[in-house]
Amino acid sequence: MPREQIERQEMPTQDPQERIHNFYEVALGYPEEVAKLEAQRCLQCKKPRCVEGCPVEVPIPQFILALREGDLAGSIRVMKTKNNLPAICGRVCPQETQCESMCVLGKKGQPVAIGRLERFIADWERSTGVQKPEIAPPTGKRVAVIGAGPAGLTAAGDLARYGHKVTIYEALHAPGGVLIYGIPEFRLPKDVVRSEVDYVLSLGVDLVLDCVVGKTLTLEDLFADGYEAIFLGTGAGLPMFMSIPGENYNGVYSANEFLTRVNLMKAYLFPEYDTPVKIGKRVAVIGAGNVAMDAARSSLRLGAEEVYIVYRRSRDEVPARAEEVHHAEEEGIQFKFLTNPVEIYGNDKGWVRGMRCIRMALGEPDASGRPRPVPIPGSEFDMEVDNVIMALGTRPNPMVFTDALGIERTRHGTIVGDPITGRTTRPRVWAGGDIVTGAATVISAMGAGKRAAADIDAFLKGAFTEADWHVKKEEVPAAHP
Amino acid sequence: MYEILYREDLAPVTKLIEVKAPLVARKARAGQFVVIRVNEKGERIPLTIADFDREKGTLTLIFQEVGKTTMMLGTKRAGDYLASVVGPLGHPSEIENYGTVVCVGGGVGIAPIFPIARELKHAGNKVISIIGARNKDLLFWEDRMRTVSDELVVTTDDGSYGRKALVTEPLKEMLSAGLKPARIWAIGPAIMMKFVSLTTQPFAAPTIVSLNSIMVDGTGMCGACRVSVGGQTRFVCVEGPEFDGHQVDWNLLLERQRIYVDEEKRALEHWKDHGCGCDDGC
Repeated sequence: MPREQIERQEMPTQDPQERIHNFYEVALGYPEEVAKLEAQRCLQCKKPRCVEGCPVEVPIPQFILALREGDLAGSIRVMKTKNNLPAICGRVCPQETQCESMCVLGKKGQPVAIGRLERFIADWERSTGVQKPEIAPPTGKRVAVIGAGPAGLTAAGDLARYGHKVTIYEALHAPGGVLIYGIPEFRLPKDVVRSEVDYVLSLGVDLVLDCVVGKTLTLEDLFADGYEAIFLGTGAGLPMFMSIPGENYNGVYSANEFLTRVNLMKAYLFPEYDTPVKIGKRVAVIGAGNVAMDAARSSLRLGAEEVYIVYRRSRDEVPARAEEVHHAEEEGIQFKFLTNPVEIYGNDKGWVRGMRCIRMALGEPDASGRPRPVPIPGSEFDMEVDNVIMALGTRPNPMVFTDALGIERTRHGTIVGDPITGRTTRPRVWAGGDIVTGAATVISAMGAGKRAAADIDAFLKGAFTEADWHVKKEEVPAAHP
Repeated sequence: MYEILYREDLAPVTKLIEVKAPLVARKARAGQFVVIRVNEKGERIPLTIADFDREKGTLTLIFQEVGKTTMMLGTKRAGDYLASVVGPLGHPSEIENYGTVVCVGGGVGIAPIFPIARELKHAGNKVISIIGARNKDLLFWEDRMRTVSDELVVTTDDGSYGRKALVTEPLKEMLSAGLKPARIWAIGPAIMMKFVSLTTQPFAAPTIVSLNSIMVDGTGMCGACRVSVGGQTRFVCVEGPEFDGHQVDWNLLLERQRIYVDEEKRALEHWKDHGCGCDDGC
């Protein structure tokens, strides 16, 4: 069939009526024939714009070419020259605003399904045995990476391949960061995360769990221990609330707490696992980012009868990925746009009973460039709900700073980091991911980890010294929560 | 994995364990806590650090068996292991030479008040301590508290030992008699800390309490531990655990502590029905 006549291939998914009762993965991945067919669509542009849209610069045309020629091993090898975590990226990257948004085919029709092809090739490798890449000879230099999330894992993987000895320190009892506590099983199975973490460890990276840097060990301790460079990828921290009355009633969760209970602590398997979560009949999730979709869809799977996404702007401003919104709608999540809670009310035992909301209208653009939501006076109404989950984003965790003198922070509490090199204002300390940008995406954190790893490598190999240390203090624009 | 080196039954439901956690012991200070996990399927729960030995690299933890997790923990013996011990978390107590201070420990709260009293004594304070429990069986560490206190009052609710009173009674008498402590520390069940705070408020005696809220990660990520202090939402794990007792919204704290009462019962029943004694939580 001529290339132009091939339609963008749909990915099979679990039936919505079935999947709302389980935590198995929703999207099932391409079968090999479909992947090859989709790969046929790629024009193999001489100047591939898709690569410009990828924060880690995956050689997209090359991996697709190898895939369509049936050289699956070659395809994944090309992929992994740039991306240590393709099975994760293939699932959770917002491709529609990155690589796929730049695809030439998208101008007139549908772009190549780059993300689905990435997922296919990564899953193929996992099922056939993961190859180990070439690793540079040991340099004898040691690097500490703080945080085993997307930024830290990426930085650690690259640094190990450059030949440095890397140890990752993780505060939780399992590696993965947001990949393991935040993103639900039905969107990113934990065994996928585990196998990508194992891959990074197979490069010779050590992992220390249950270790809170800033508390258990300080940066000074790590330097005294002989580490020559430190990368901070500690992520975002404290969840944000709205500061409205009733926010601390029982049954009000931050999305972080709710998702941590469900994902990391496996509350959906309670009482086989010890950590519970309380789900009522009607759940309202405040916010409309990916985290909000995850919380809403998890609530449904945990037995809620009605689940609402309550969002103060309109459908056009929804920050979640189109695919996640689509999946949520298919599952019966109800969207309440232009609606903002003003008060949560409870019963005499301190439990949530309902939520008072006000209708909003869109006004002039605000600092984010989006129309500012303005309350419509007198439009208050009540919603009966048993749970309210706040998915409003996070602000940086203060913990790591208890000892980290010399690391400048922005007025938002994030670390001042050079957007290109990841250098902080303290020599030998680099940072990347949400701790620098505020809540953003997995792939942007990975991009930051990658850039910092390259700069750390240059430093350790003597390309510059502490005397040359300078930081471009450009405030990195945060993604919309 | 963190080895338990020693275990002691302080009372029928109050147990002491000494756990090997050298990195945590190296940094631990009075007033801080750890988050532990008993096994792979276990909850993450906060426990205050009752003592630490930097040389031996050990932490002393004291807990009361109230639900499945603490009961499972209670089955552990020397030579057994805990899946996680994370810390030290929270801010240490602010120890200075204030002059005269009062340390009030209720029930299992006697454990965390001990290192604070000891540090205060070392710093040169006159330490007056009041420890109490429901009955004689639940009382422990009277001897240790005596060694770090200039005065020690012991109470039991039922009069089975010491003075028959709640800890608030001798405290109120002292304050009424004109004692003006620079600071009062009170640690124990939330309801006790509430009443200590209510007792000291009319005397404007600065009262510090150590809040025992529900936590998950304990490192400032989840927000489960939020409390209202002075009308503002605060996070016990990273901003506490110590707060001004006069500013705490006690009713909210008490209600939040009861969120999972039903689930705790279910977990316990499930464990008793299915437990094979292997304490893997199966």
